[in-house]
Amino acid sequence: MSVEVKKMDAVERYTASAEKIIARNKNSFLSQLQSEAKVKLSEMKFPTLKTEEWKYTNLKRLLSSELIHSSEIDEITITSDDVEKCKFNNFEHYLLVFVNGVFNEELSDYEELKNEIVISTILKAAEKDKKLIESYFSKIAVNKTAFDHLNLANFTDGLFIKIPNGKILRKPIQILYISDGKGDMTFTPFRNLFVVGENSETSIIQKYVGQDGSKYFNNISTEIFIGQNGIMNIYKVELENEDSYHINKTDVTQSRDTQFNHFNFTFGGKLIRNDINTELDGENIECTLNGLYIGNGNQHIDNNTYINHAKPHSTSNELYKGILDGSSRGVFCGKILVDRDAQLTNAYQNNNTIILSDTATVDTKPQLEIYADDVKCTHGATVGQLDETALFYILSRGIPRDKAKSMLINAFAESVVDSVKIEGLRDEINSLIYEHLNRDNVL
Amino acid sequence: MSDETSIKKDDLQADEKDLINELTDSEYKWGFVTDIEEEEFPKGLSEDIVRRISKIKNDPKWMTEYRVKAYKHWLTLKEPKWAKVKYPKIDFQNIRYYSAPKQKEQLESLDDVDPELLKTFEKLGIPIEEQKKLSNVAVDAVFDSVSVKTTFQDTLMEKGIIFSPLSEAIKNHPELVKEYFGSVVPYTDNYYAALNAAVFSEGSFVYIPKGVRCPMELSTYFRINAMDTGQFERTIVIADEGAYVSYLEGCTAPMRDNNQLHAAVVELVAKKGAQIKYSTVQNWYPGDKDGKGGIYNFVTKRGVCEESAKISWTQVETGSAITWKYPSTILKGDNSVGEFYSVAVTNNYQQADTGTKMVHLGKNTKSTIVSKGISAGHSNNSYRGLVKIGKHADGARNFSQCDSMLMSDKCGAHTFPYIEIDNKNSIVEHEATTSKISEDQIFYLNQRGISTEDAVSMIVNGFCKEVFKELPMEFAVEATKLLALSLEGSVG
Repeated sequence: MSVEVKKMDAVERYTASAEKIIARNKNSFLSQLQSEAKVKLSEMKFPTLKTEEWKYTNLKRLLSSELIHSSEIDEITITSDDVEKCKFNNFEHYLLVFVNGVFNEELSDYEELKNEIVISTILKAAEKDKKLIESYFSKIAVNKTAFDHLNLANFTDGLFIKIPNGKILRKPIQILYISDGKGDMTFTPFRNLFVVGENSETSIIQKYVGQDGSKYFNNISTEIFIGQNGIMNIYKVELENEDSYHINKTDVTQSRDTQFNHFNFTFGGKLIRNDINTELDGENIECTLNGLYIGNGNQHIDNNTYINHAKPHSTSNELYKGILDGSSRGVFCGKILVDRDAQLTNAYQNNNTIILSDTATVDTKPQLEIYADDVKCTHGATVGQLDETALFYILSRGIPRDKAKSMLINAFAESVVDSVKIEGLRDEINSLIYEHLNRDNVL
Repeated sequence: MSDETSIKKDDLQADEKDLINELTDSEYKWGFVTDIEEEEFPKGLSEDIVRRISKIKNDPKWMTEYRVKAYKHWLTLKEPKWAKVKYPKIDFQNIRYYSAPKQKEQLESLDDVDPELLKTFEKLGIPIEEQKKLSNVAVDAVFDSVSVKTTFQDTLMEKGIIFSPLSEAIKNHPELVKEYFGSVVPYTDNYYAALNAAVFSEGSFVYIPKGVRCPMELSTYFRINAMDTGQFERTIVIADEGAYVSYLEGCTAPMRDNNQLHAAVVELVAKKGAQIKYSTVQNWYPGDKDGKGGIYNFVTKRGVCEESAKISWTQVETGSAITWKYPSTILKGDNSVGEFYSVAVTNNYQQADTGTKMVHLGKNTKSTIVSKGISAGHSNNSYRGLVKIGKHADGARNFSQCDSMLMSDKCGAHTFPYIEIDNKNSIVEHEATTSKISEDQIFYLNQRGISTEDAVSMIVNGFCKEVFKELPMEFAVEATKLLALSLEGSVG
């Protein structure tokens, strides 16, 4: 990872912006952390194509842009109509709305939820229950990259959720992040902190939506702690607009007997980078990371996963599928590390991509690093096209070519979409696939 | 020089003691030192040394210039660090860059060869005479950098095949060498390729003319003999249009405590419709049980396939403390085929980071990768490979399979494939598995009356069979034996 990079003024720009933010932060604990992050950031370099983990993702354009920190934008023009349009409506849910990284109480709908779980912004939580935040906040960034420091030093607020022990939420929580940038580039650093109690079960839908015509850079860091026997399902749906940059990192620590299911659906965005790092720190853990990315136009979608099997008897499943059209580029890098102690581990990883156009490209890098001998680990990667013979078969049944192609795409995506446990969400995602590929919905 | 000779005498006495010790230690069968006078250079590397090597080799002017250019380029490079291997920093000034058996006049028959040397070959299991008759193999034995004896020259000459030490080829076929030398692996390629281009002392040169099928398997044996000499050879194999050649390379090195460096370069050119089969069995000294000593094997191997040509790499890697090797194929012409079959075995503290690169540029190009890694003891075994499909490589097809087997709970097995696709009409598949020998399998064989050790050996052989079947007969037998030897005692 030792790389020579030219000192870019991006570092200076982000450090300068952090200085203003920190000066305004009145919470001593948080501002202390932010100051430390700022110092580290000033000593760091942003990754380049020579950095192994960022080999296929060029950040030059993003890092050379002038920015406006989202906290400097006061007027908010998002109305409840906009929210109605943006959110998923097909299933019952609690609704939390964030506009440019700021929680909007009026647009949200979560009255009942307040009685069931602890929910607030990170700043408020830090004032109210200092100890709680201190013991969880910024504890598990697996890999301290420049973006980690950038996020921590620049964030103004975030979402804190604590699920009490034994609480099983009937309805999923839908969190809508709306970006409505102004000027050249609006920079929104944001943090989520989810603490999942023992024997509890929660489903969270994170939906990222961008308003047309705005340019922005969302930098999100999510930390999730799952207590013994807890279940957490995260559905991340990225529908950013075509001028946006989205760099998202999720760090998870799982205790024994827990289940973590993460679904990552990427549709929109100019440059999307998702990092998911899970630490299986106990026995009998299940971890599922599934993803589907649909690339079109000039999109660049980069998915990075890292699963660390630290203890014995755990299972991880990973399935990422990509459909690439236009001049889009899809990148997948998955790493599974099995520690010396982690005997009897089962780890499965698969990445399949189909290319629909002449100019789309794929780079994939599935990796296994194994130090225990009694394990079953496999990974697979395929890149191909729609099956010509299958297509011919459907055509010969009198179905038009476009429809036939849509059917095959549907079949390809099904294994990921089907693993979504919320029925209404499944339908919404299916129609999003076709919308994004400008094709007919077969259903 | 006289000072140096006296030092050498002391060395040699110490060597004799070592020899006795080593012979009683049966772990590394080929760990002996041949007691013949060697011409040596002082340690270290400088432009002067490069020029001296060039002078000794009687290089033509262009070659000397090439070496110097390579050396100057090397100075600007940094040692690559990306491989998953750990080793103390190599002091490149502490290596002797040239060592050759004392020059004698040209020999006519085997009787004139230093008997000491012949004995070495016997111990190695390559009695030249016998091999000549029985196995129909022409051996070009590279003994510490200088090619000692080349057999079967005449038979090959009849067909117009050139199979000679590189230094001779430079003299006898300067045009051919000039055309192809560095054409596949230029000195700018990487750190070790640059180093090799600067200080290479010997190698083999093979040219198969148009439409000729080489009637026998060509083979070289490399041995690193002198203490602290790096072995830097270069192999160039050219198969002209429609030609076929099968080339074997086997390596052994005696036991030494200090790590020795081996940085070779292999270049293959397969012209239209030609086929090259390149097989390697590598059992350099892997170091002892505690990971002391052993060879550092940093090799650059690459081949270019023109239209409808085929290059097939087969390797069995059981030796070396560190192996860093990625035989690659550039599928430049349409309908060309690349294959890579590999078995890499690591035991004790060995580290291997090996794999291949398949670069598809032509249309309808095909490649197959089958890699089997076996790790035992405290070793680490990584597969690292690249499959790249270029923009114009319509209809390209790749299949890769990487299986790893773990034989102890202290070793590691890793897979790092890179897949880069820029074309929509291509199909790429990669699959990898990691597992250990299941107790059910052992139990089944045990209850048939087969001891656990034999059972493991059978299972491992079955695991590697796909690759072994690609090896020429003689090598397949040797490889099976080597495998059993390397894994001896690794099963509890």
